[in-house]
Amino acid sequence: MAYLVSHPDEVKVISSRFGKGAADIDRYLELDGYKAVQMALQMGSEAVINEVKASNLRGRGGAGFPTGMKWSFVPKESAKPKYVLCNGDESEPGTCKDRLIFEHDPHAVIEGAMIAAIAVNAHKAYIYIRGEYRYLLEIMQKSIADVYARGFAGKNIFGSGYDLDVYWHGGAGAYEVGEESALMESLEGKRGVPRIRPPFPAVVGLWGGPTVINNAETLASVPHIIMMGGQKYADIGTPKNGGTRLFCLSGHLEKPGVYELPMGYNLKKMIYEVGGGISNGRKLKAVVPGGSSTPVLTADEIDIAMDFDSVAKAGSMLGSGGVVVIDDATCIVKFALRTMQFYRHESCGWCIPCREGTDWLNKTLTRFHAGGGLAKDIDNIRYLAENMLGRTFCPLGDAAAMPTIGFVKKFREEFEAHLEGKPCPFEKHGAISQLPVMSH
Amino acid sequence: MNFSDQLEARFADMLGHYPTKRSVLVPFLLYTQDELGYLTDEAIEEIAQRLDLTALEVRNVISYYSMLRTRPAGKYNVQVCTNICCLLRGGEEILEHARKKLGVAVNKGISEDGVFSVEEVECIGACSWAPAMQVNYDFHENLTEAKVDEILESYRKKAQQ
Amino acid sequence: MADAPKLVNITVNGKKTTAPAGTLLIEACKQIGIEVPSFCYYPGLSLQGACRMCLVEIEKMPKLQTACTTPVAEGMVVNTESEKVVQSRKAMLEIVLANHPLDCPVCDAGGECELQDMTYTYGAAESKFIDIKSHRDEQQWSPVVFFDRPRCILCYRCVRVCGEGMDVWALGVQNRGQGSVIAPNKQDHLECEECGMCIDICPVGALTSGSYRYKTRPWEMNHVGTVCTHCGDGCLTTVGVRRSDTGMEIVRCDNRDKSGINGDFLCVKGRYAFDFAANQERITQPLIKRDGKFVPATWTQAIELVADKFKQVVQKDGPQAIGVIGSNRTTNEENYLLQKFARLVLGTNNIDHHRTADFPAFAKAISENKARTASMRDVFEAPAVLLIGNDPTEQHPLLAWQIRNNVRLHRSKFYIVNSQAIKLRRQATQFVQIPTGAEARFVDFLSGNDAAAGTLTQAGASNENLSQLRDALKGEQNLVVIFGSELRGADISALVKFAAPQNAKFICLGDYANSRGAADMGLFPDLLPGYATFAGAARYQQEWGADVPALVGMDLKQMFGAARDGKLKALYVVGSNPVSRYALDPFVLQAPFVVVQDMFMTETAIAADVILPAAFAYEKSGTFTSTCGDLQMLRKAGDVVSVKSDFEIVVRIAEKMGYDVRKLVPFGKGLRADMGQSRGAQSGEADRHSVWLQARGLEPKVSPFDPLATLDEIQRLIPGYDVSQINLVSGNDEHTQLVQIQNASIPSHPELVVPSNDTLFTSGTLGRYSTVLNSVMERRATGKEVAAD
Ligand SMILES: Cc1cc2nc3c(=O)[nH]c(=O)nc-3n(C[C@H](O)[C@H](O)[C@H](O)COP(=O)(O)O)c2cc1C
Ligand code: SF4
Ligand code: FES
Repeated sequence: MAYLVSHPDEVKVISSRFGKGAADIDRYLELDGYKAVQMALQMGSEAVINEVKASNLRGRGGAGFPTGMKWSFVPKESAKPKYVLCNGDESEPGTCKDRLIFEHDPHAVIEGAMIAAIAVNAHKAYIYIRGEYRYLLEIMQKSIADVYARGFAGKNIFGSGYDLDVYWHGGAGAYEVGEESALMESLEGKRGVPRIRPPFPAVVGLWGGPTVINNAETLASVPHIIMMGGQKYADIGTPKNGGTRLFCLSGHLEKPGVYELPMGYNLKKMIYEVGGGISNGRKLKAVVPGGSSTPVLTADEIDIAMDFDSVAKAGSMLGSGGVVVIDDATCIVKFALRTMQFYRHESCGWCIPCREGTDWLNKTLTRFHAGGGLAKDIDNIRYLAENMLGRTFCPLGDAAAMPTIGFVKKFREEFEAHLEGKPCPFEKHGAISQLPVMSH
Repeated sequence: MNFSDQLEARFADMLGHYPTKRSVLVPFLLYTQDELGYLTDEAIEEIAQRLDLTALEVRNVISYYSMLRTRPAGKYNVQVCTNICCLLRGGEEILEHARKKLGVAVNKGISEDGVFSVEEVECIGACSWAPAMQVNYDFHENLTEAKVDEILESYRKKAQQ
Repeated sequence: MADAPKLVNITVNGKKTTAPAGTLLIEACKQIGIEVPSFCYYPGLSLQGACRMCLVEIEKMPKLQTACTTPVAEGMVVNTESEKVVQSRKAMLEIVLANHPLDCPVCDAGGECELQDMTYTYGAAESKFIDIKSHRDEQQWSPVVFFDRPRCILCYRCVRVCGEGMDVWALGVQNRGQGSVIAPNKQDHLECEECGMCIDICPVGALTSGSYRYKTRPWEMNHVGTVCTHCGDGCLTTVGVRRSDTGMEIVRCDNRDKSGINGDFLCVKGRYAFDFAANQERITQPLIKRDGKFVPATWTQAIELVADKFKQVVQKDGPQAIGVIGSNRTTNEENYLLQKFARLVLGTNNIDHHRTADFPAFAKAISENKARTASMRDVFEAPAVLLIGNDPTEQHPLLAWQIRNNVRLHRSKFYIVNSQAIKLRRQATQFVQIPTGAEARFVDFLSGNDAAAGTLTQAGASNENLSQLRDALKGEQNLVVIFGSELRGADISALVKFAAPQNAKFICLGDYANSRGAADMGLFPDLLPGYATFAGAARYQQEWGADVPALVGMDLKQMFGAARDGKLKALYVVGSNPVSRYALDPFVLQAPFVVVQDMFMTETAIAADVILPAAFAYEKSGTFTSTCGDLQMLRKAGDVVSVKSDFEIVVRIAEKMGYDVRKLVPFGKGLRADMGQSRGAQSGEADRHSVWLQARGLEPKVSPFDPLATLDEIQRLIPGYDVSQINLVSGNDEHTQLVQIQNASIPSHPELVVPSNDTLFTSGTLGRYSTVLNSVMERRATGKEVAAD
């Protein structure tokens, strides 16, 4: 089971109930649970959306889209039923925060989804949890059963006259299914291939109905926002980046773990103070600041605020909050290769540039890493990645291209050091194994 | 083919969750696999029939998801993550260790006693507690080789019971 | 009809244009002659946005956008040739070629490959990639479908045409990422309708045809557009031929030309079942029976013998002692000529053919009710379609395609009344199942006889269903009504009467490639061309300059009866197998002198005294009339030395009988003669036709073997056939109407209608000689056994 850590700089909002047995519905109620949803019922749709807008809450799934605005895109009137879909497919390498929420505070996700439903006047909410998280799916199943047992879900919730059903749904292993439209396909029992957009999910989503899709952490933040008020939540963070988020510190750190820090917290501090500095007395080489798809930052580039806008300004992305710390004994070529291997394995295969591009980047990087690199390969890698960027059917292609471009751009000399004939400058350098492409 | 009572109950329950039948497909395939060890031809035909799908369509879906399989795995499927965070903290060595220890090739075959298979997997959401692996659905984290030995031993014992 | 969508203004590459709102950008560009390349986009199939070849720049959008998924919007400013777009296209090709085998020199698609063309037009000459390409062995999925996986670029066209277009859903996509692969429905093979549409639609050489692969290069063939010889639907097909020892060999049939009534469609027979032409058992020499055995003869010998015998019989026993049976697969000109031959040269009305629908009754009903027939194109456009009887999926594959795609793309309404749960019910707005044989009673019910409902409800339909359907039909305007041979005689009249007032159009389904033509051309003992009774013979006599025999002739069954009774002394059978089709006793043919003109030793041919080896549809020119009445031109593609067209044979017999052929075939009547247009593959070579003419000192425009000259005459005589000949010659279809010449009552013989009962994989006698059809059926038979285990 996931381990809890803590640091004095933490501001515990989402994690306020972690370690307190809140998966038990009674305990959750003792800890002010299901008050926010009742408030939301009182406030009504528009007031809820306004509160969320005021909170400056931005999506924790990766793209950082303002949540209140997303909700306001859902048409008021719709011939087809509307839905709320919680994205608990958490699969971005470096990210393991939704897991903690589902384990320690599952009702917060349910409550958040319910509030989102009230906000857009939907009567059904689905909570999709990745297949590997079976134990969390079981926790969620029990939580939903408890909620129904108390009459909090189903017909006429809290005596408000509002009907709201909440359902669980499990995945079966696919990163791409985390992409919002692919998630809908998956929930509809299909291959996780994304959909053509427009139309956007807010207008045509699950089973053709308008759908709000949010990350689990995003939704888990919502009850707190309703309870404390949007403005107060916004004040915790930086302008346009309200509140806190769970940062997943991993890699070469003394104290890796998931910490809840205010938006805009300094990355350098995060690494050296919260994370306890680089492990084994080594030096920092690079940081992947927001999950595997975000471009790498060098050791010189980390004195930045960790909010969506500041990281973007630094040429990377805040992404899903996975901060991967790389020490100076690590081979970047190998790291780049392992990253590409992942995207190649997870590409849904639908579009040419992503399917073929990830495969060729993987092939080239493999050969390169094994010592068969040619000087022109370095440019070819970059050329290929740049030609995938912005041209694939969905952002997975970008997710594969962006870090690759970053590695080549920022660590070119390390690539050059691998060129034919020259041994890899890093000691531990076994041949990287190859995950098979998906084929049965 | 007949499903177990438990699976039948699961199926009936899940059907009620969605406006379309086929929506149960992905999770239901996984539950079926949990019972049968893998998705057999008969199970595929049966599920296809129940959901008004062709067997081809069900196979299209199965082959998309990495957890679904149409061939047996060991009773305990040891899935070691080697993705970036685990890589940085020795995931590859853990995989290699498990492979040697169990004497099975990665992503191929089952150990002689039929108990174990070993799989290299992508990120399982244990990045802050790397290196990590899952044995079936159980997470094991902050692994060392010694810890892996212990864990595998405990499953071996369980299998003998 | 819905209002036309409003036009929006867009600018593409500086050109201002308008397009209806909702038009896809890629189509709007096409309209003004700007090509946006694509692999996955295919008109009429669902959108994919997968190949990314169509990325273009749209003002105010930061990223390139796919023209194939973007609908035009007011004020949109598009650049399809900006530096960024050109660069992106080039890179996309580099990326797709990275793993694509460069085996173009041995690839079936080489020379007609969209990837090749695209690389030529937009691509990069140099490859940036040096790593090993992924390889997989090719697979055989069915007797006719092969899959070469590395060549596949995953455009998903095959998956969509099979599923959306054919409603077969036999192809899927499996695995993901680089492992993604097109998969057949039975894991390692296909169980499907074997239409081969997946092969045609594949932009590269990933799906190839079992009968064509590795046979030749596309540029080594002549491509001749002609009309399929199998069912009555009249698909345009492109025949690929090349020179061989024995003439012009047919190498493949496919659907290069999508302009025909069949659009993208071709079925298994149209695509593969041309191979009977080269069957070892084909008769390629005239045969004369001596002492019970067939011995080869020259054409001169055979024709002399036939002419002498015919003359003898006519002189000795009178014209009533000779009978003629025509064909459902010969051209209109040949059929027309044959009835003229019977009536004028032999002097008898003893002429008939194998009837597969009651066209005379249909003609009568249409004329009486001033109704119209529907063309195959109408079926795709009609707002509503009613189908009574028949199973188009099996018997009229194109019709099934038209209906299916009309429902899918135009959301038309579709009503089915059938005794079986036919596959098309999956597209039906309402499907009403009635007892076998109750089609006529259903029509009775439609006509207002509510009591008939009671007898219709045993098979599943309820009274309520039936009334609902009748009400719905009454509310339809511009309905297309299609019915099978289950309806005959007066039932057809009743049906037409019911629907005609609502502006309905009708289709009567007959079985063979020119069944309708045979009927229209007057292969009847009691009807002249155009369903005219003898009362109206004057027009014909004027045109022909000869008298039509007054006596109504014998129908096919009567002729066999007369043969049994020793009254029939000679029988001339052209391209027909009545012995088998009507289950007649071949022994009755022992006494008369029997001449059979055919390709194979059929059950009827065995009984012949002389067999004259005939060319078939792909080996000659002329016209066919589809079961809907769509008139199309055949072009000569294949050629087998020493066989002759039925047209030529008939003319030669007539000439040898001493008849003035100038009276039989229209010489010098101001006609538009064939200058080679209709001879397809042969038109470029030293033209036998004009050589023949010149050797005889004739004007090139008046050849006795010129089918277009006869078509002229047909057009003069049959009002519904007066359509643009220029349009026909240029390969287009023209819809003919059934216009009865005089409103006399037409004799109808429902009992003579014998449906062929062909399926998707059979085609009468010809089908039996098709190796491909046989192997497909064998495979299916074994496939079924396995499934039943
Ligand atoms: C390839 C890909 C994978 C993604 N995976 C996830 C995921 O695992 N979890 C998640 O919440 N969002 C994921 N996203 C982002 C979602 O598409 C979507 O933006 C998000 O769920 C919206 O929620 P938010 O606004 O609350 O962030 C992924 C996006 C892409 C392109
Ligand atoms: S970029 Fe293309 S192939 Fe990749 S995951 Fe998205 S749609 Fe699939
Ligand atoms: S044609 Fe537009 S993406 Fe393929």
